[in-house]
Amino acid sequence: MEQGLHSASQSRLVWRKFKKSRVAVGSAIVIVVFYLMAAFAEFVAPYDPAARDMIHPSAPPMMVRMVADGRVQMPFVYGLEKDTGTFARRYVVDKSRKYPFALFVRGDRYRMWGVVASDLHLFGTPHDTRIYLFGTDKDGRDLLSRIIYGARLSLSIGFFGVAISFSIGIVLGSISGYFGGVVDMIIQRFIEILSSIPTLPLWMGLSASLPLRWSVIEVFFSISVILSLLGWPEMARVVRGKFLALRSEDFIVSARLDGVKTSGLMFRHMLPLFFSHIIAAATLAVPGMILAETSLSFLGIGLRTPAISWGVLLQAAQNTETVASAPWLFIPGLFVVVAVLGFNFFGDGLRDAADPYK
Amino acid sequence: MVDYLIRRVLLVVPTLVVVSILAFLVMEAPPGDFVTTYIAGQATLGVQVGGIEVEEQLREIWGLDKPLHIRYLRWIGNLLRGELGYSLFWQAPVKEIIASRFILSMVIPAVATGFVWIVAFPIGIYSATHQYSVSDTMLTLVGFLGLSIPNFLLALVLIYLGNTYLGISVGGLFSTQYLRAAWSVGKVIDFLKHLWIPIVVVGTAGTAGLIRIIRANLLDEIGKSYVEMARSKGLSEPRLIFKYPVRIAISPFISSIGWVLPGMISGEVIVSVVLGLPTAGPIFLRALRMQDMQLAGAYIMLISVFTIVGVFLSDILLVIVDPRIRYT
Repeated sequence: MEQGLHSASQSRLVWRKFKKSRVAVGSAIVIVVFYLMAAFAEFVAPYDPAARDMIHPSAPPMMVRMVADGRVQMPFVYGLEKDTGTFARRYVVDKSRKYPFALFVRGDRYRMWGVVASDLHLFGTPHDTRIYLFGTDKDGRDLLSRIIYGARLSLSIGFFGVAISFSIGIVLGSISGYFGGVVDMIIQRFIEILSSIPTLPLWMGLSASLPLRWSVIEVFFSISVILSLLGWPEMARVVRGKFLALRSEDFIVSARLDGVKTSGLMFRHMLPLFFSHIIAAATLAVPGMILAETSLSFLGIGLRTPAISWGVLLQAAQNTETVASAPWLFIPGLFVVVAVLGFNFFGDGLRDAADPYK
Repeated sequence: MVDYLIRRVLLVVPTLVVVSILAFLVMEAPPGDFVTTYIAGQATLGVQVGGIEVEEQLREIWGLDKPLHIRYLRWIGNLLRGELGYSLFWQAPVKEIIASRFILSMVIPAVATGFVWIVAFPIGIYSATHQYSVSDTMLTLVGFLGLSIPNFLLALVLIYLGNTYLGISVGGLFSTQYLRAAWSVGKVIDFLKHLWIPIVVVGTAGTAGLIRIIRANLLDEIGKSYVEMARSKGLSEPRLIFKYPVRIAISPFISSIGWVLPGMISGEVIVSVVLGLPTAGPIFLRALRMQDMQLAGAYIMLISVFTIVGVFLSDILLVIVDPRIRYT
């Protein structure tokens, strides 16, 4: 055991420490589940996110029940009946109809990733009716399915955005920290300038100027770029600090005297030493991107319908009357909060685990 | 001190240049120029302005036939003379539309920043001195939640709760009877009654962030031997904490205005849209949707200048509080 510890690699040491934080491990699991859900959205979502149920617009979430007639049963839901007494769109639970809850049922057809054709869904009801665990929107589309599909764009925008700011940050941060002097001065001033600009108005301005005829994919990538445009300074700061600290270490000086090329010195000998730190910083940068995308889409100048993201879904909750009569439209916001919390705790855990002095 | 001031002022200038370039690019980004948008706008009003000659003439009058950098310089020149441009959507000079609303746009982030400090400071100290206690854990949890809830969602939830459970309408900055009234004591009180909601909403994330910062800094200091030494001398605990470690931990706290203020300003835009506040934020959003780019560009420029000046002032304040900074 002790022997193993001495020869353990950096990543194994980090992993050992990371495992000790239960909150961080829990968050990591939540994040993985979210990403799996997004990746297999076609299978996980019970219905086609664009399918409209004309009979059940703005239906409230159905409760999954296990007790009926005083006996515990397999999970089921009751049917929904329109309240015909009023003109308002209200529903009452119809206890005469019971739909059992089942795993692996056949339903809407889909092509997973545009390749695998199937109609198998993770759960649903074998009956010829639909169950809405999170209710429906005003067009009768299943909110749960839309949230699951929405995870794709919402969770990947953070990923792409961070990947871009990550690259810019590492390059500029390492140049700034390693060479110092005038170059460092210029890059530092530039970072200070960028970070004193209020981000949201500028993001809004840039993303509103994307042409309306652009496809979802084009808008998606452009918004990632826009978000990372002001997002890289934080990353550059972290990288620079580490390079500055390492620059005068004995082993770096001796490597330099041995004639190791500058690029080799920087990227072979220095960067790997604090790579775990960068990963932690990158993880902590994801929530900001997710929140930014959600805010922009919510305002109607980020991703646009027919694209589905959590921000786009929250647009439906924009006006007070809708929210008062259909509070379940807030549920996508809950997913945003959980994802952001997850990334924050996960990133914090990683950072603590990567810190050799703790 | 003078040296530092000069260097700091010199940094403000390139910052303003970069911001103005970005704002100008946003203005120029949409397809078509001011003339085509203007003609389209006039057409919807029923006025036919047509013909290639008219277009060319208009371009010449507004200097749109000139290359990009000349147009940029003209725009900057106008800004310096206080000419913010002309809004096509409102058919009025930008200055007239923005002026009254912009003051509120500055008041909310400024007050929110003050709120964030006043709230975060005692809580941060409490959390650090009671590390790992039940209340510290609770505060940390609430803090993380505050960081994770998007501003607009918090505002929406408040609207919903106010509507459904309290029967009050949350939103706006004035009650109906004061909406068009002149400023009076009653109006000020009414204003303050409405102000706290946007302040709290805008300030939540910043407060949560600051609490974590002051807690971490104070914890670093409390562990040091000079604190132990002071304690062994028999100094009372509150006096000990406030006299030494707090004074050191406060420095990053003050410099945090550099990122707190821009955050508050970003928050104000979106919260104003959701709560329907009469600030410049909703006007800006509408300008973007309508491609009323002169208004949008002027707004970005003004709000950035306000931020940069705010951050500059905080840096000056920091130097006064912490003499070590001058020498770095």
